[in-house]
Amino acid sequence: MILEGRQKIWSDYQKDIPDDHWYYVRSCIRQNFFPASERMFTHIVKDVLGKDLYETPHHTTCGGIAYHCDTIPQETAMTIVARQFALMTEAGYENYCPSCITSFGNYIEILETWQEFPELEAKIRENLWKACRREFNKPKYLAHSSDLIYHWRGEIAKRAKKLLVNVETGEPLRVVEHIGCHYAKMFPSKGVGGAEYPCVLAGMIESWGGQVIDYPERRHCCGYGFRQYHVKANRGYSLSNTHKKFESMEPYHPDLIITNCPGCPYFLDRWQYVIACQTGKTYGENGHGIPVLTYEELAGLVLGYDPWDLGLQLHQVAVEPLLQKMGVEFDPAAKYLGLDKEDLIKPELPSSIKCY
Amino acid sequence: MMDFGFKLSKSSTIDLTDVKTDRFEQLCKQEPGARVCIGCGSCSASCPAASLSGMSMRKVLLAMQRGQDVRPMLRNCMLCGKCTMVCPRGLNTRNIILNICRQYD
Repeated sequence: MILEGRQKIWSDYQKDIPDDHWYYVRSCIRQNFFPASERMFTHIVKDVLGKDLYETPHHTTCGGIAYHCDTIPQETAMTIVARQFALMTEAGYENYCPSCITSFGNYIEILETWQEFPELEAKIRENLWKACRREFNKPKYLAHSSDLIYHWRGEIAKRAKKLLVNVETGEPLRVVEHIGCHYAKMFPSKGVGGAEYPCVLAGMIESWGGQVIDYPERRHCCGYGFRQYHVKANRGYSLSNTHKKFESMEPYHPDLIITNCPGCPYFLDRWQYVIACQTGKTYGENGHGIPVLTYEELAGLVLGYDPWDLGLQLHQVAVEPLLQKMGVEFDPAAKYLGLDKEDLIKPELPSSIKCY
Repeated sequence: MMDFGFKLSKSSTIDLTDVKTDRFEQLCKQEPGARVCIGCGSCSASCPAASLSGMSMRKVLLAMQRGQDVRPMLRNCMLCGKCTMVCPRGLNTRNIILNICRQYD
């Protein structure tokens, strides 16, 4: 059989993902934005799927944010990463799984640089030894945590209690998938499906019953872009990028957006409020925004977990319309209750975008 | 409108299906070098009128390709030829400017 076009590229960009024994490292910022995402990932992998996933409290930042903001040189980021690899080696693992897309891109960029410039790797090994007397092996496999959920998407589908289907109409939900830029745009062969046909989130959506929306600005950046956001003078550029994406996806009436990057869900979610304040425009139905979920939160909904245990009350855009479409049962009165049922106090609600 | 200290920028999206490139095509027939510009901006950097008037040879060629009116910018050109001297691709920029002006005569 001769493979052509998309099939050929797809065969080139298949990614080998081991089935077990992963060393997991968390993101610097995700736990602040969407705190249940990483917790849900570890729960699904360890408790639901019964896989070996190891974490260490000694893990630190990978230096990716500082590197991409041009505040530290790459050699510093390399030494930080070398220490992370040393922690993995000491724990006896060789499959490395970062939760963050920036980290994922950072690790790949560093490993590829060491491949091309072995003398630099030797220098970093020396730096690490001088700094903290550690040595490391490079990971045998490197996969982002969304790669793992993609790998086990069928297992999750078998255990699904809710599907991405509108319970009233029976139609599949229309889902926008947004993949972090550093996942496959820098090193296409390291992502599932490469840069042309990244399938990591689309595969999950289709396996869980949804319909993927293909729209003109599908591969456009979410707008974060590090210095675009961190430098306040540039922040309008960040907002304008996000606005461009929403204008592009609006005619397709998406029911939700899922992402696999720490920054993307934050900006796609929060900027909807800012756009509504500045222009009066909302992109969802009846004055709502379009709910933006991480893939772990979506997997949690599919597996039937309580939306408030998944931290969906921390999203700016109201998720209630999506929950109703999926037929997820939820208690509106429990939205702002903590785990111990203590009242966390309902926040002031905006008038420009409908929230509850 | 709430002031966040930053705001939406106007979209610079150009729909190429709506762009009329007749003038640029005509220019390329008269001065084929117009196609080989790499937009490096050396011409604009060396232009003595640039800092005073906003004249930019790089922007002129870009605007021509986008079917936009370049006359306001060209009115500031003194035809000194510095841009021709510094062009790394050897474009005859003076001839390009004169040919554009002739199109509008």
